[in-house]
Amino acid sequence: MATVVDASASDTAVDDASSTDASATDAALIDVDIRKTLGSGKRQFRLAVAFSSRCQRIVIIGPSGGGKSLTLKAIAGLMTPEQGRIQLAGTTLFDTRSSIDLAPQARRVAFLFQDYALFPHLNVRQNIGFGLSRHWLNPGADSGCPEVDYWLDAFNLAPVAHQFPHQLSGGQRQRTALARALVLQPRALLLDEPFAAVDPLLRIRMRTELDELQRRLSVPMIVITHDPLDAEVLGDQVFYLQDGVITDSGEGWPGAGRG
Amino acid sequence: MSAAMDPVWTALALSLKVAGWATAITLVLGTAVGYMLARWRFPLRDLLDSLLTLPIVLPPTVLGYYLLVMLGRRGWLGAWLHDNLGINLIFTWQGAVIAASVVAFPLVFKPARAAFEAVDGQLEQAAQVLGLSGAKIFFRVTLPLAWRGILAGMLLAFARALGEFGATLMIAGSIPGHTQTLSIAVYEAVQAGQDDVANRLVLITSVVCVTVLLAAGRLMPGQVANRRDGDRG
Repeated sequence: MATVVDASASDTAVDDASSTDASATDAALIDVDIRKTLGSGKRQFRLAVAFSSRCQRIVIIGPSGGGKSLTLKAIAGLMTPEQGRIQLAGTTLFDTRSSIDLAPQARRVAFLFQDYALFPHLNVRQNIGFGLSRHWLNPGADSGCPEVDYWLDAFNLAPVAHQFPHQLSGGQRQRTALARALVLQPRALLLDEPFAAVDPLLRIRMRTELDELQRRLSVPMIVITHDPLDAEVLGDQVFYLQDGVITDSGEGWPGAGRG
Repeated sequence: MSAAMDPVWTALALSLKVAGWATAITLVLGTAVGYMLARWRFPLRDLLDSLLTLPIVLPPTVLGYYLLVMLGRRGWLGAWLHDNLGINLIFTWQGAVIAASVVAFPLVFKPARAAFEAVDGQLEQAAQVLGLSGAKIFFRVTLPLAWRGILAGMLLAFARALGEFGATLMIAGSIPGHTQTLSIAVYEAVQAGQDDVANRLVLITSVVCVTVLLAAGRLMPGQVANRRDGDRG
């Protein structure tokens, strides 16, 4: 890790992002510098995102279509950049120069999709235990497993353990998705627009819930959103991403009293 | 031939055997091809889909002729099979299985493709991030969400295989007890003026086919919905 020759000489908007200087990259929770060109002909989109941070709570904010989801997917391994590198919690997940490209299965990150992507054919218990079982069959509807029981209790999901995703409330779905990810002890939580699909009242409650949860578990978290309130509540460091480039960053959201 | 057994039941047993094998073969191949067409991007994908759908459109006799040309003693595949493996498929019940499989194949792969396309790709990505390999994702996520559509297609394929006439007659002929299936036996009975035999054969065939269709109908409504909750709040 110490041999990482810094790429800050690269031509993109690293200037703001590298407020933590190059020598500190070792301690960085996340260090990203990736490029990708999508589409062809007239409708071309160029992603050139570079940022690094030592904070445990990172928010990437920007208008939709700006490349936020792509960036998050690249970190999870669901999208392969053309070149660049991604380091997370001291591990290189991706680096074109040393031909490292860990499979999504090997990255040990938790990815929370916008609509949670719970498995509709499995109940809450089975959803949470999904990644723990590496067999050809899904865990049984009643399969007892101490880790699953722990998260069912911790997230107050025990009463609905046998219900299916379509029977759950928005908050229960989010907690099930979080439990399903956290039970595997991921290096970091990646959340893709976690509250975009819920109504405003529920959004406030779920945001508070996530905020408290992250503080309780102190698991690193990267949230992408277009909602400034998310950045205010959840972001220790906020990056602004527009048209495929990080244009601004700050400790906390400008105008917010917290940090 | 085997006069000890009622020819009607002999024909039914043979039909069920042929249709059963044909269903098993189309189920495995149709599911694989349906998945391939739904998930992979490759050139000439649409052409391949059309070619495989052809058996629905072509007259069974034309299909039977194609198969005969291919599998007959002088056909390229038939000659190879005979010279290298000593296998002859013409005028055998195995030949009838092949004819029924080809005819029934589109009825499995078409709904299978639609069912796989209806499975949200994000669920597969979620399984990936949760650490599962591709093959296991198929068996634990994709297939369980698509199986209703595949099963409905499978039952239709079984019914179609059971009723196969034209292609089967071209390939396997009409040897009582060996290749004379129900539908062919009906034809032979009518030709021979055995109306009582024909009546019983027709009745049995109808009952079996209606049963299969009822079963398929019960599975059909869930074909595309795949129980995914689509609400937005």
